[in-house]
Amino acid sequence: MSLAPVALPGDPVIDAAQARAHGLSANEYATIERILGRAPTFTELGVFSVMWSEHCSYKSSRKHLRMLPMKGRNVVGGPGENAGAIDVGDGWVAVFKIESHNHPSYVEPYQGAATGVGGILRDIFTMGARPIASMDSLKFGSFDHPRTRFLLGGVVGGIGGYGNCVGVPTVGGEVMFDAGYNGNILVNAFSLGLARREDLQSARARGAGNPVLYVGSATGRDGIHGASLLASAEFDAESDSKRPTVQVGDPFTEKLLIEACLEAIKTGAIVAIQDMGAAGLSSSSSEMAGRGGLGIELDLDLVPLREANLTPYEILLSESQERMLIVAERGREAELAAVFEKWDLHAAVIGRITNDGRWRARWKGQVVADVPVGAISDDAPVYDRPMQAPPSAGEPVDTAISASSPSPAEALHAIISSPNVASKRMVFRQYDSLVQGNTVVGPGSDAAVLRIKDSRRGLALKVDSNPRACALDPYLGAIATVCEAARNVACAGARPTGITNCLNYGNPERPEIMWQLVRGIEGLRDAAVAFDTPVISGNVSLYNETEGRAIPPTPTIAMVGTFDDVTRHLKQYFKVVGDTVLIVRSASPSLAASEYAALFGALGQKLKPIDLRRERKLIDGLVECADRRLIRSAHDVSEGGLAVALTESCFNPSELLGVEVKLSVDDHSAGALFGEGPSTVLISAPMENIQVLRQVFAPLDIVAIGRVTAAARLKIDGVIDEEVDALRRLYEDAIPGRLKRP
Amino acid sequence: MKWGVVRFPGSLDDGDALYALRSILGQDAAMLWHKDETLGGADCVVLPGGFSYGDYLRCGAIARFSPIMKSVLRFAAEGGLVIGICNGFQILCEAHLLPGALMRNRSLSFICDFIYVRVENAQTPFTRAARVGEILRLPIKHGEGCFVAPAEELAQMEERGQVVLRYVDEAGIESDAANPNGSMRSIAGVANDRFNVFGLMPHPEHAVEKMVGGEGGLKIFQSIIGGAR
Repeated sequence: MSLAPVALPGDPVIDAAQARAHGLSANEYATIERILGRAPTFTELGVFSVMWSEHCSYKSSRKHLRMLPMKGRNVVGGPGENAGAIDVGDGWVAVFKIESHNHPSYVEPYQGAATGVGGILRDIFTMGARPIASMDSLKFGSFDHPRTRFLLGGVVGGIGGYGNCVGVPTVGGEVMFDAGYNGNILVNAFSLGLARREDLQSARARGAGNPVLYVGSATGRDGIHGASLLASAEFDAESDSKRPTVQVGDPFTEKLLIEACLEAIKTGAIVAIQDMGAAGLSSSSSEMAGRGGLGIELDLDLVPLREANLTPYEILLSESQERMLIVAERGREAELAAVFEKWDLHAAVIGRITNDGRWRARWKGQVVADVPVGAISDDAPVYDRPMQAPPSAGEPVDTAISASSPSPAEALHAIISSPNVASKRMVFRQYDSLVQGNTVVGPGSDAAVLRIKDSRRGLALKVDSNPRACALDPYLGAIATVCEAARNVACAGARPTGITNCLNYGNPERPEIMWQLVRGIEGLRDAAVAFDTPVISGNVSLYNETEGRAIPPTPTIAMVGTFDDVTRHLKQYFKVVGDTVLIVRSASPSLAASEYAALFGALGQKLKPIDLRRERKLIDGLVECADRRLIRSAHDVSEGGLAVALTESCFNPSELLGVEVKLSVDDHSAGALFGEGPSTVLISAPMENIQVLRQVFAPLDIVAIGRVTAAARLKIDGVIDEEVDALRRLYEDAIPGRLKRP
Repeated sequence: MKWGVVRFPGSLDDGDALYALRSILGQDAAMLWHKDETLGGADCVVLPGGFSYGDYLRCGAIARFSPIMKSVLRFAAEGGLVIGICNGFQILCEAHLLPGALMRNRSLSFICDFIYVRVENAQTPFTRAARVGEILRLPIKHGEGCFVAPAEELAQMEERGQVVLRYVDEAGIESDAANPNGSMRSIAGVANDRFNVFGLMPHPEHAVEKMVGGEGGLKIFQSIIGGAR
């Protein structure tokens, strides 16, 4: 048996109050004492507090996440690794994940967003995959909120500053402004990597006696308690004082680390590898040992440090960036170290794998922490928190839009100038979307399209969320989000293949938030099953609230689609004058949760039910159309509805085109022009293909509504007749123009 | 002909330049490591885009002291062909192989976009496959691409034909709006006075395939290859 670790000079008294200051409840503290058979040391308490934090342990969501479909014929690699992978053909696998960096980005937007990008990239290359694309889902407070410009500038600067310097293109994303995020913005960072199937790495330690290598940047005092006190607690008036818990990123070192790790993997000397993300050295070491059912011993004196005098507590909890932990094959550590030295990075053996099931840390000749591995890596408490629908949920609310409704032209102008619908070019132009040379379709279209070099294959990527719909109905809203992401990928011509998700909600200790979360997961499950798109990775971000006010429920979905032949990809723009313009829909549109409703009326409407079989038919039809080259463009009808989709389809970058549309008489309503869901897709095709298209999409509604014109005008019956170039200027200038205003 | 693409720590478009040369243009191209001093017998050396050494100091300021740069300086002095793209252009200016300097963009932010340049001198080894006045569509992606030089030097450069590429609009007209970064005289690419060293901010290596970035960059590489024959 091991000796109890010693308290260090200067350690505070350990009791329930100290535990509470670390974010642990009285029950949790009692459990720790029971597991150890004694009181923890200060160092151990620190480690328990981060490992048992909501952020690291998923203690409120874990029970419910089990309902998500994680397996499928294309899924490679078992659960429990850092990120999942899907087979995309020809021996390639795609590894992808989305993760939140919400609280750090609100407190320190530049570094918060930058390190969010850095963290998600490490999750990808730790799997042995080269990151080839990133995207971000950003939610800010209302555009006119005093903090929004500062946060927007900082977050976009941080994403660009990190992503551009690390050489991974940012190929798209979404940006939304809503008062619901005034006190708690969302920064969800997605990255995707490609690996040869045989190069996929594991984060499962094997082989007692194998050495543990620390590689990358030295350890400093930044980010201590980022996972626990910052990410796993609500905001209050004191939140700004948590700025030191935000890490500082160094994209140059990350770039070196990517190259060095991928080169080191090629040696075959790596048994397991994991990045030091949230909870740093504590989590990476205990999780790798835990997955392997083994123990691990660390010698903290050997950890490369940025400054002398870091305590064991600080070394174990630091969230300094750009660090990885590797379990190497015994005897081959020098071979690995040489690779990292070539790239001018630290590489130090700091410990070894044991078979006694203990997680033990030594410092200056003494044991400072000694706990069962499982206690911190797996056996964090799992809560079945009470949930309760709010009394109003699901009840139909008055659907009235304000009496003084605008004319269709006025409404169109207002909607395309709204920051949520208007062009985000000003943001995307600050990101390198081209490096690595695979970007077939970059930011601005429905989905980004990437080719896979030296093959005909390709990928389509899209991040989506629909917090307005989720606020009306967290279950249907989550389904609508997945449907929209799938539709976007299918509009590009790709077959939706896999999902990663980031579940952003408020404080799970409140039953109505817990209800939102669980309904969201149920919606995600039902849609993922319907589309046969397993959820291969994900992240949960809770406590997104400030002074008791929660954000709207925001499950963010990233959908990855695959092409057998990427030359068959589609864009949203009309292409050929004279083509017939058609809409295909699974149901008639509704104004619920629309931009129109947000601008001109109340959002308080009931969502329409969604028929997932019809949604699936729509997706399958689009993929078939692309594959058989039956259509020339496809655009999802989303923010702003049909009128905006028609407008955007005219903005062909090579040449502005026009469209002439005739709707049936009862389709002149605001709902038909600006309604957003359930699902409608706008396509253009040669007239002779219409008959075949009807067969492809049967039994869905497919209606020819007009034709593409050379004259760049948007003409809808007589209710809208506008110059496309004027609309384009409104659309392009809206955000830059508003930013210029004092 | 033989090509060498220098990989500095923090180079990002090195692999893209190599891919363009090997897979699209069928060239014999090799990666050169910054700690080495050999150029591997290359006939043309490419300094690629990226953030060499993180560019935490002035862009290119550290890379110019890299061991391999000694060989590049010697190679250029002997008349060897050197092309610097984006960060490579910045390094060539820092190394005084090219005149002028590259400052932060006028907007103070990074810009990734497709732009147009006009070929001003088609007699250089880097542009001889093009016509004078030819418009090329190329991508840019940089934060510090604003070309500046003292007035006398600019005048001299113009006179000698060292201004090789200028930002213009789609119709070939120079204007403030068509100048993405505020470069003096809309300068996008310059050569040294012997015309064997060339630097440009746009990325021709990202414009060699119809589906990915278009083919606006082919002329640059074809000029170099054609000249070697």
